[in-house]
Amino acid sequence: MVNLMEREKVIEVRDLVKKFGAFTANDHLSFDVYRGEIFGFLGANGAGKTTAIRILCGLSRPTSGRVMVAGIDASRRPEEIKKRIGYMSQRFSLYEDLTVRENIELYGGIYGMRMKELIHRREAMLERLSFTSYGDTLIRSLPLGLRQKLSFATAVFHDPEIVFLDEPTSGVDPVTRRQFWEMIYETASQGITVFVTTHYMDEAEYCDRITIMNEGKIVALDTPSVLRQQYGTATVEELFVKITRPQRTMV
Amino acid sequence: MKAVEANSITHRYGKITAVDDITFAVSEGELFGFIGPDGAGKTTLFRIAATLIIPSGGRMTLFGLNVVSDYRELRNHIGYMPGRFSLYQDLTVEENLQFYATIFGTTIRENYHLIEPIYKQIEPFRERRAGNLSGGMKQKLALSCALIHKPRILILDEPTTGVDAVSRTEFWEMLEGLKKEGITIVVSTPYMDEALRCDRIALIQQGRLMGIDTPEAIRTSYGRKMWAVSHPDRYRLLLALREIQIVSNPEPFGEAVHITLHEGTAPEDLNRKLENTGIHGATIKETLPGIEDVFLELMRRKPEEKSL
Repeated sequence: MVNLMEREKVIEVRDLVKKFGAFTANDHLSFDVYRGEIFGFLGANGAGKTTAIRILCGLSRPTSGRVMVAGIDASRRPEEIKKRIGYMSQRFSLYEDLTVRENIELYGGIYGMRMKELIHRREAMLERLSFTSYGDTLIRSLPLGLRQKLSFATAVFHDPEIVFLDEPTSGVDPVTRRQFWEMIYETASQGITVFVTTHYMDEAEYCDRITIMNEGKIVALDTPSVLRQQYGTATVEELFVKITRPQRTMV
Repeated sequence: MKAVEANSITHRYGKITAVDDITFAVSEGELFGFIGPDGAGKTTLFRIAATLIIPSGGRMTLFGLNVVSDYRELRNHIGYMPGRFSLYQDLTVEENLQFYATIFGTTIRENYHLIEPIYKQIEPFRERRAGNLSGGMKQKLALSCALIHKPRILILDEPTTGVDAVSRTEFWEMLEGLKKEGITIVVSTPYMDEALRCDRIALIQQGRLMGIDTPEAIRTSYGRKMWAVSHPDRYRLLLALREIQIVSNPEPFGEAVHITLHEGTAPEDLNRKLENTGIHGATIKETLPGIEDVFLELMRRKPEEKSL
């Protein structure tokens, strides 16, 4: 988007380094993310994405470098970050042995919402997603597509500034994937910044800007179309393979 | 003799019909793909083929052997890679491979040539516990273990889900190499672009087959002209296209929206209408429908109409 970089920065990273003993998982990462942006974070497993995301979410501290998330210094007050963000992972999202309503209540409660407001917002959300009839269904009885959508809605339920999505659409059918991305677009248009990782390269094209990590470093950062032109590829997938393949030493 | 012959295979879990009257055949040496989303029935079907589940109805043979009555003999000929990593997390790479070789009554050395191109990529990590491997490495180990007894057929359930694009590419290259050895490969994937690498594919959704053919034939079955419309403001474009009468089935595909136009209308008409809604400078290019486009189209049709 043309005017995206005129907005304020919600994430600022300068020379982020994270080491585990002798191993450098994040090697001087630098990037900014702007309000309302859909920012795609790509890279092979083992490239250092999860490590970086954990730091941005306040779950881990940097070894060195400057990391500001929603105005908070991640080295000093990581706990504060957690209140301002939402998180959704495909590995774990909602409690399977609780109902839809119970899950939302739990998440709302954890983020400090008052009961009355929580219930009001919950019902409005269920209505908007056409999930009201599933309200008292256990999560484990829901098909994957519905779970993913609900998971996402729950992750932004408390109106965070930024929402982190970790491979949110793995294995989901093409129709639901598109519905999911539409939810992401809608969310971003309301000013919530979306930070997403994915292995679906066509989804990378939905992002405003993408970054590709390889072996702890950022090797590309720009809009998908600029990167495609720069590397002379027709798709982000070809671009990804071109950039990461020659350098890969680990499988 | 066919590598796989399935006739009216049905399987129910209580009231849920996971596999609904599926009939298909796979030739020896073929690379055959099942393309469909989560919950389509791929895993159930594969478990039936791997002699792990007895189907509620229908009949299936592999190389002439019945999956129910001849399961013992058949298991020697099948290499199975289930959807989730299911090797022993607390055994090392080498120990896992050793284990599988032993239970199939062979040794690593005996069929090493078959797994070599795959295994040698993870061999440097052979002392590492399987649980500590990256996604791509786990895949390679699981594939090596499925091959160690030189099966006639490989049944691979979503081997590339959750793995990055480079590993996926490498994995398919490995499969193509195995095909040259004469091994029949039946594989499932939710990644529609992978369908193009198969000899033939079966599109599966909600337990039913929507079509079986070569990827090319499936693409050309779409029948209508398809257009890719792009504009920097993607979301606004999508919303606008939904409102325009002459446009059918706008579907986002990365940086463009795929559409078809009503009979008798042309891209210039669309451009004019977009300009009227304030969207200027949209590009409209003709594009070839891909497997995913066909899949989406089939999913749109009513169940009775679903077939190619």
